[in-house]
Amino acid sequence: MSERVDERAVAIARAGFARHGVSWVDLIPVLAAVLVYFFLGRYLPLATQVMIQIVFALSLDLALGYGGIDSLGHVAFFGMGAYVAGLFAMHVTTQPVLGLCVAAVAGALTGLLTGPLVLRTRGLTVVMLTLAVATMLQQLANANAMKPITGGADGLFGFEVAPLFGLFPFDLYGHTAYWYAFGVVVVVFIICKLVVNSPFGLAIRGIRENPVRMRMLGVNVTARLVTLYCISGALAAVAGGLSAQITRLVGLDSLAFLLSGNALVMLILGGTGSLYGAIIGATIFVVLSDRAAAIDPFNWLFAVGAVLILAVRFAPKGVVGLIEDAVQRQRARRSS
Amino acid sequence: MAGFSATVVALLIDGIAYGMILFLMSVGLTITLGVMRIANLAHCGFAMIGGYAAFALVSSAHIGLFAALPVAIIGTMLFGALLERSVYRWVYTTGQLGQILMTLGLVFIFAASANLLFGSDLHAVALPGWLSENWDWGTIAISAYRSFIILVSVALAAVCWVILEFTDFGAKLRAAVDNPRMARCIGIDVPRVFSITFSVGCGLAAAAGVLGTQIMPLEPWYALEYLVPLLMVVAVGGLGSLKGSFYAALTLGIIDTFGRYYLPAIGAFVIYLAVVGLLLWRPQGVFARAST
Repeated sequence: MSERVDERAVAIARAGFARHGVSWVDLIPVLAAVLVYFFLGRYLPLATQVMIQIVFALSLDLALGYGGIDSLGHVAFFGMGAYVAGLFAMHVTTQPVLGLCVAAVAGALTGLLTGPLVLRTRGLTVVMLTLAVATMLQQLANANAMKPITGGADGLFGFEVAPLFGLFPFDLYGHTAYWYAFGVVVVVFIICKLVVNSPFGLAIRGIRENPVRMRMLGVNVTARLVTLYCISGALAAVAGGLSAQITRLVGLDSLAFLLSGNALVMLILGGTGSLYGAIIGATIFVVLSDRAAAIDPFNWLFAVGAVLILAVRFAPKGVVGLIEDAVQRQRARRSS
Repeated sequence: MAGFSATVVALLIDGIAYGMILFLMSVGLTITLGVMRIANLAHCGFAMIGGYAAFALVSSAHIGLFAALPVAIIGTMLFGALLERSVYRWVYTTGQLGQILMTLGLVFIFAASANLLFGSDLHAVALPGWLSENWDWGTIAISAYRSFIILVSVALAAVCWVILEFTDFGAKLRAAVDNPRMARCIGIDVPRVFSITFSVGCGLAAAAGVLGTQIMPLEPWYALEYLVPLLMVVAVGGLGSLKGSFYAALTLGIIDTFGRYYLPAIGAFVIYLAVVGLLLWRPQGVFARAST
């Protein structure tokens, strides 16, 4: 009797994991995070940066990879989250988790405000409007009228962050920050998985493939896209808030176009529309750019530009696509 | 009262000059979008290349602006044609995302090259003496440089218009913009028409880049800095419409100049608010034809 119940429970669990596309592969990043902590302790701050960018790239993958929203201004959400988290810590409370939640709400609101305008249009106008929103926010943060709040070019600094859950203070070596960021990555990844494998996620993919047909099927295309834009914006704001809390510094560069551009490079490098691409791409990009920036920051742009051009030509599906192709070839060889 | 009208005239001339520079830049971009549906984010880069070429010629080879201008334009046209034959080929069929990423890659490479060759300082092409004067008519002072920009741009726009409306090539181009597949079916060599137009568009952008350096100074991130206003012009004008771009460029140039002068507190935002309002009203572009 009890054996049969166990079997059924296992079967239900299996079906649930399969429906949300969870497999053993998902344990690899977790294992990697643990290994980095124990064997590469010197690189914890860099690994934490990787995780912040993973969250940012995941949020962009939702909008761009799944929804087909060509956003060049995702940094607007990132910066909004960073400023809100910084201001919240300065003026309200220094609780880190609460700060991230407030940042997420601010990101979602930004998406709700700008989404209906941006997503009514199509093609290059979407690109222009996302870019314009980000430019506008950066100018707003730097405007004279806003200086008492945003600190203008100086940015926000000198705010405290309380111990995580009241137990783990943020230490100089970044141990707490590392696991904090790791926890956020896990939560964000689970949210992304739930979103893309839900009926809503299927509708979104349908819209990416053929918006006219989805409209004919009775789907409210703009409303779905705005919802996705809000979710993606909230997650991008979480990345920004995380960055603000860990570096304890928010500047105008957290609204700079370069961050949007970098996130795009990460995504194309890893592969869009798979979530894993965001993780792989962000890891490769941040580690490489850290090494390169130490050597020659401006000429690093040559490499980034070349990677973009060559990736579009020779590996449009990114590293994930290359791996999938290799796996498929292996299978074909085995079956023949 | 006289002071007020003098200010308005001066602002109008500033605004029109800025708008005309934007228009010259937008010609290539809007046609690229209309004919080949290529989202070319690197288009501003060609203006930058033209500007830097003229700057290098004027400041190190010590030739005048007017000798450097054609050299810069032709050089940029050749360079544009070269890129169109090579990397742009790759993204004709990849969809918008591939084009955005590829052209963004070009922007990064342009920026890195400009920084390597010319450093990160702001540069402007030196003007001949008679251009840097102001003409005083009573209370009204008119900048010779800005009037010159307007004259040259209007002349170039008129040439474009004549070619587009009254020549065989113009007819082919219009057909290709309206319906590229149909144009191909009736025997127009659309890729060739496009290649030529792309190159000419790069040349016009280069002209704008050279002439506009006093308004839009050269810097490594030039291609990105002026991308947003340029995209605004194209979006408001309606993709593929030269006439639309012309009106949109003038409107936005004037709105921006007046906004910055009369509402200094929110000056930089007036243009964005205007664009947001215009696109809420007509998402396909204010000056776009209703059918497309």
